[in-house]
Amino acid sequence: MITLTHYLVVAGAMFAIGLVGVMRRKNLLMLFFSTEILLNAANVGFAAVSKFYGDLTGQMFAFFIIAVAASEVAVGLGLLVLWYKRTGSIDLDSLQMMKG
Amino acid sequence: MEHLLYTALFAPLAGSLFAALFGARPKMLLTGIVTSALLAVSMVASLLLLAYVDGTTRVHVTLFDWISAGSFSIPFGFVVDQVSAIMMVTVTVVSTAVHVYSIGYMDHDKGFNRYFSYLSAFVFSMMILIMSDNFVGLFIGWEGVGLCSWLLIGFWYHKHSASWAANEAFIMNRIADLGMLMGLFLIYWQVGSLQYDAVFERIEFVAPSVVATIGILLFIGAMGKSAQFPLHTWLADAMEGPTPVSALIHAATMVTAGVYLVIRAHPIYEIIPQVGFFIASLGAFVAVFAATMALVNNDLKRIIAYSTLSQLGYMFVAAGLGAYWIALFHLMTHAFFKSLLFLGAGNVMHAMHDELNIKKMGGLYESMKVTAILMVLASIALAGIYPFAGFFSKDKILEVAFNEGAYVLWGALFLGAGLTAFYSFRLVMLVFFGKKEHEKHGIHPHEAYTYVLMAMAPLGVLAVVAGFFEKGFHRFVTTLLPEYTMHIPHSTAYLLIGGTLLIALSGIGFAVYMYGKKGGFPVWMEEHFCYKLLSNQYYIPQLYKEGIMKPFTTISIFLWKSIDQKIVDKTVDVIASGLVRLGKGANGMQTGNLSTMLRWMVVGLVTLLVLAVFYRP
Repeated sequence: MITLTHYLVVAGAMFAIGLVGVMRRKNLLMLFFSTEILLNAANVGFAAVSKFYGDLTGQMFAFFIIAVAASEVAVGLGLLVLWYKRTGSIDLDSLQMMKG
Repeated sequence: MEHLLYTALFAPLAGSLFAALFGARPKMLLTGIVTSALLAVSMVASLLLLAYVDGTTRVHVTLFDWISAGSFSIPFGFVVDQVSAIMMVTVTVVSTAVHVYSIGYMDHDKGFNRYFSYLSAFVFSMMILIMSDNFVGLFIGWEGVGLCSWLLIGFWYHKHSASWAANEAFIMNRIADLGMLMGLFLIYWQVGSLQYDAVFERIEFVAPSVVATIGILLFIGAMGKSAQFPLHTWLADAMEGPTPVSALIHAATMVTAGVYLVIRAHPIYEIIPQVGFFIASLGAFVAVFAATMALVNNDLKRIIAYSTLSQLGYMFVAAGLGAYWIALFHLMTHAFFKSLLFLGAGNVMHAMHDELNIKKMGGLYESMKVTAILMVLASIALAGIYPFAGFFSKDKILEVAFNEGAYVLWGALFLGAGLTAFYSFRLVMLVFFGKKEHEKHGIHPHEAYTYVLMAMAPLGVLAVVAGFFEKGFHRFVTTLLPEYTMHIPHSTAYLLIGGTLLIALSGIGFAVYMYGKKGGFPVWMEEHFCYKLLSNQYYIPQLYKEGIMKPFTTISIFLWKSIDQKIVDKTVDVIASGLVRLGKGANGMQTGNLSTMLRWMVVGLVTLLVLAVFYRP
């Protein structure tokens, strides 16, 4: 039997993986993947809790997040491509123009 | 009638604001004319109000609620009753004359517009002071005239002595104002209101000892404004200001505010005759004390200033002994002849190119006939010779002192009357008659402008005839002020009048003889100890300097160097430098690397999460 706890554990594990990715990865593309994992961890949580309580609000919220994530990736990838064309690199350490 | 009241009150303010618009501009004759015209409007309104309040009527208006907090409520209200009507007329008549006079006097001054702005602002503050229907309004006016006095004494602020004198006057008054303020607090605490009507109605239910404290505290305020001993030194130094200012503020109006306060608060002082007697004693002391200083001084304006001090002493004697209407009467007549005397002194100063030493003048009668005549009239009025104004009021005060059985006070005032006559005519003789000392200095005196003399003329007329208003004045003000009954027989009264007249005449005669015939006192007298004591003002300014100012400076320097710099400033410095160091340390976080920043973000997130989970307020 798979209970709510299992889902939440999976969500927590995904969130941890995403967080580590955000912190450790130096490739901008990988950073985007990690962000997606973070968002989907939240989605899993929402969906599971929504099912548990029998309340559709959570699932609706998850849909919103998916929509937002899709648009975010579209914009983000566009910027990324532009950046690559300019500098030939998508390494985070090269992104230091704003250093004071 | 309300419109008249508002006109009388706000016309000077309008004039002041108008002149202030051009404060930084070079001289514009217009500002002088507009302020004078508005003052004249205010004067006419005051005269109409005076005619209106005759009898039992009075005008009482409330402009708006001013301070309202909890049960504490003070409306911005004004009242015109018999006392304030008399004060308003006195103030506006003298102010109008002084304004017109000033157009001539300040003719060549760079600060012409600024001067008129200050002068009208002063009149406005004075009107607030005398028209307010509560103690707080009176206090606001009180502070307002103090401020304007400071501005005007220090009008020529580039002169060190002027700015010093202005500060001295302001600080002395501040000391006294603390007393007054505490008196007001005590009244509110005991009575629960600061409206005159409410306070005077309920003051008899307050314990007599508390009333005595209130009376003393209020009188301390009056002592500062009216320059009574020991807070008198500022008045003589205030002569640094322009002469019309001395005439208006430091002779006719502001310095009499203390007397006005005592008269206005007469229901309080009636309960506590002991305090009243103390006031009278101090007044009599100052009357003689100041007159003696005037005897030997050689500064034209200072002599008149000491004379003012002395006359204020007379007023306090009358007020302290319960003869409030006589005090008010002397206040009014004194305002007329003393401002005339000052304005005459201003003419002399102009003619002598700002020379103030009367020993260097002499024989000015030939070139300045009108001024000389006006000043002689004012001096006779001051000396108290029948039928001039001073005779009626001053004589009444002496009668009151005798009537109360205060023979020592009477003796002091009697002596003071002789001294007054002597020093007034010493001044007149040295300035207008005798040898022409000024020719040695190559000065060619000239008479003032005609309109300046015209402005002085009404005051001259009033100085002569004001005494004859006595009966009407008495009937008018005693509807509000308590009646004072003389119970000495008429024969004694006539004897007293005769005696006073005699001593005044002999004072004049002595001065005329000594300075006219004999050409002054022998020089050896100036070496005498008494002369030095008097000409150094009893060494009181030196005493204040050595005894108060020097120790105070020492303490101030100590506090500045050791407490302020080492503790207060240090604390602030440590806080500032700590923050700078913290900032420098935290600067390392700002690498500009997105990865590092994300890590810090996570650190922040985790911290907040931990707090959210474990922190239970």
